[in-house]
Amino acid sequence: MAFLEFKNVRIAGVSAGVPKSVFCNLDIKDMSSEYDAASFVETTGVKERRIDERMTTSDLCVPAAEKLIADLSWEKSEIDALIFVSQTTDYYLPATACIVQERLGLSRECYATDVVIGCSGWVYGMSIVASLLANGSIKKALLMAGDAKRHVPTNDPLFGFAGTVTALEYKEGAAGFKFHFGTDGSGYDAIIIPDGGCRNQISDKSFKIEETGEGGRATNRLQTRMKGMDVFSFGITTAPKSIKRLAEHFGFDYLDMDYYVFHQANMKMNNLIVKKLKLDPDKVPSCMYEFGNTSSASIPLTIVTQLKGKCESKPSKFLCCGFGVGLSWGTVVFEAEDMVISDLVEVDEMEDREWV
Amino acid sequence: MELKDFIENFAAQFDDTDQSEFTPETEFKALDEWSSLTALSIIAMVDEEYDVALKGDDVKKAETIEDLFNTVKSKL
Repeated sequence: MAFLEFKNVRIAGVSAGVPKSVFCNLDIKDMSSEYDAASFVETTGVKERRIDERMTTSDLCVPAAEKLIADLSWEKSEIDALIFVSQTTDYYLPATACIVQERLGLSRECYATDVVIGCSGWVYGMSIVASLLANGSIKKALLMAGDAKRHVPTNDPLFGFAGTVTALEYKEGAAGFKFHFGTDGSGYDAIIIPDGGCRNQISDKSFKIEETGEGGRATNRLQTRMKGMDVFSFGITTAPKSIKRLAEHFGFDYLDMDYYVFHQANMKMNNLIVKKLKLDPDKVPSCMYEFGNTSSASIPLTIVTQLKGKCESKPSKFLCCGFGVGLSWGTVVFEAEDMVISDLVEVDEMEDREWV
Repeated sequence: MELKDFIENFAAQFDDTDQSEFTPETEFKALDEWSSLTALSIIAMVDEEYDVALKGDDVKKAETIEDLFNTVKSKL
């Protein structure tokens, strides 16, 4: 059973980068053959999203990392590990983490790799970084998590672009993190981009618009398609279960938290999860109204945009749960103390550089 | 579970459709107000009221409200 605990590790700080340009879903004229833009916004809670088709996830993570490293007064040479969680990597190969090592000016003696997973990705990344740091060989590490530019212009009104950075460090005596994870690959096609991988390689067929039979929205085979009802049903049942299992396994009361930060799936789903767990809605911050569903960035983006100036003054207990594409889910509980939260980085300018 | 209560719970997810429209034989996907967004409300209602997790296929296969009632009942 995937319960994990890592001690002697703490979050030093969190930052997030988003495109400066704001897209309003209410401006979409042909939302769906079934519903209009206003109904979509009312149900999902996603009114605005940050979109800039120039920007990859790493283009958002790098400036966010620069900001956070400066706010923490860390030396770049001290950062010995970098995990980059994304399903929208810069290239098929190499790993984006390798490219970011050079862009950020990190040491060549740096452990760096990508982790390809979505909505549960920040929690996964936290467990990987925490496990790397827990024995003290590596003292400082960065976790990047997010999604941005897709293969083709993003037409899904749910998803926004964001790249986040979480700085973690070894600290003797720190309480650390407790995790629960789960996976159900039988739902692999509940959220899927069918073409462009090795199984269905890009062909003329990939660009043909298809009715996917749900939601009245047509997509080509390089765009994300979703079985909305299955995902919804999965989210409202699995997230509460994972939280209860974590609390039961480690013997704590899940109601005894200061903040509950959930993956920002959609408002209807998240509200129901809050209701099922009987949580105080005031302790459950949300940012999907302004930023949409930002995949693995959604939990740290919520912390940056909703909790800055609120949670840093005293030790705060956090419970965070990510769930979605995979199907995959993860829950983490931790106490944050003296966590630095950077101002949101709004990215407008692209790095002046010619990429291959 | 009672069919009558199920129909009431079902009808409560709609704002604009007249309550008299909801009967066991109602082909709910033909209702003007029905959309994949309403479907989410139905799944949420079934989860809350009956603690049953409906799949998308369960909703797709059901023609009438009574069909869906029977599906939920079989999963209790």
